[in-house]
Amino acid sequence: MKSYPITIKPFGERAILVEWPNQVEESILADILDFMDAFKELGLPGWEMSVAYNSLTMVCNQEHLDFETIKKLVLDCHSRQAASKTKRIQYLWRIPVCYDLEFGIDLEEASQTLKLSPDELIQEHTAHQYVVYGIGFLPGFMYLGGLPTGLEIPRRAEPRLQVAKGSVGLAGKQTGVYPQDSPGGWNIIGNCPVELFNPKAEEPCFVKVGDKIQFQKISRAEYDLHKIEGEVGIYKPEKTVLNA
Amino acid sequence: MLKVLKSGFFMTVQDLGRFGHRDIGVPISGAMDMDSVKKANLLLENDPNAAVLEITMQGPTLQFEEPTAICLSGAHISATLNNAPIENYQVVQVSKGDILSYGRLENGFRGYLAIKDGFQTPKVLGSRSQFIPVTKKKHIKDGEEIPYTKTDSYAPIISEVKIEDHFLGEELEVFKGPEFSLLSDQQLAAIFSKPFTVSKENNRMAYQLKELIPGHGHSMLTSGTLPGTIQFTPAGRLIILMKDGQTTGGYPRILQLSEAAINTLAQKKLGDTLSFKLL
Repeated sequence: MKSYPITIKPFGERAILVEWPNQVEESILADILDFMDAFKELGLPGWEMSVAYNSLTMVCNQEHLDFETIKKLVLDCHSRQAASKTKRIQYLWRIPVCYDLEFGIDLEEASQTLKLSPDELIQEHTAHQYVVYGIGFLPGFMYLGGLPTGLEIPRRAEPRLQVAKGSVGLAGKQTGVYPQDSPGGWNIIGNCPVELFNPKAEEPCFVKVGDKIQFQKISRAEYDLHKIEGEVGIYKPEKTVLNA
Repeated sequence: MLKVLKSGFFMTVQDLGRFGHRDIGVPISGAMDMDSVKKANLLLENDPNAAVLEITMQGPTLQFEEPTAICLSGAHISATLNNAPIENYQVVQVSKGDILSYGRLENGFRGYLAIKDGFQTPKVLGSRSQFIPVTKKKHIKDGEEIPYTKTDSYAPIISEVKIEDHFLGEELEVFKGPEFSLLSDQQLAAIFSKPFTVSKENNRMAYQLKELIPGHGHSMLTSGTLPGTIQFTPAGRLIILMKDGQTTGGYPRILQLSEAAINTLAQKKLGDTLSFKLL
């Protein structure tokens, strides 16, 4: 596994920012995740880390940091991580989406802009696996990479004040699911009946950074069924192990 | 139970915050002005994480259904217990049926009500701090009841201290943020030479500042943000993220408030002025 050069910057009194080369690449993400595993193995209390594309924000909740000390620790850890390999399990999650026009309020307009039929757009959107490069912005919001260029479409000129929970959108190089009602400027092409963030669940967010997502077209009847399954707590998202 | 006869403008339960879930996009939340909360909990000999009420701008009317002891801190909102004035940082014994009410906002923006052993609302993901969609409700409404444990008599070690308010100054201490080096001399001069005004877009998520500075055309990959991160939009607006702020963002993070500066900013309201001092 390739190891990349990193830079480390102070980020206020309790955090540092570790940055990898400024690109969206699976091999960079893998290097970040390897580093996180190696750092966790050190067993230092009070640290929390969050990944976004090529960077890792590391926050220490316990005490104020001595930047030079932690910088050295991070560099040592990064240079040694090749040796300490905890095997991560990564999953491919199949996320059901109903693309009916009732939910996909921008599907027709987006199809026209992209010079596709709505069916072709749906087919293209469901044909690819998207890498989860980060979770943030809203609880359970996934930053997905790997959208085919044929689906790249500008944000809407005016954001909507309210986009419905579960809405699946396209914007620039991104696609994703709004995990809750939220203002937003993405082009909405469908709705996902699955709770991507559930604070009552043992794992509030079942998807992890480094996993992959593939959207699956479902009918309105299946949508309703999954909704009910979710409400009574028996919905199990379909997953396959990627790196067994 | 504490009976909320009137909830005021915006009141929430807060503790130190919700740690360990930033990796799934859950903000830290917790009291905006932690300094005031820590002092009040200390006077009541509470656990530092004991939950308090955060009272924004306009106070509630509250009735205690069991005896306890309370301590107010933060903004001064002319509080009275059964119509007798009570001061901040004073441990006050409360009897069954007592009514706490508030009047005019004298200074600051967020007042705190700490109670012996803390409010006992359910914890979600390790914290009582209210934040949708982690907690069901965004804030406390009229008629709600907030649980606490009864304390018949409490003899505090210290019953009252005179504390100078930490939030009266305008100056906010800042560190360089990760994208500080993107700033031009002109932008630096604009940030550090003049005061800014708090705009009407100010809440627990973020404070936007009214004055624009010369904008920019930098784009960056989304990356982590913290309470106190100052984001710089292409239009030249400064947005200071606060306790309920998003965990990631795509605008350059030019500056980072010190924790003391976050506590100070938490007590600023629409129209207040502030200035930045680089540490």
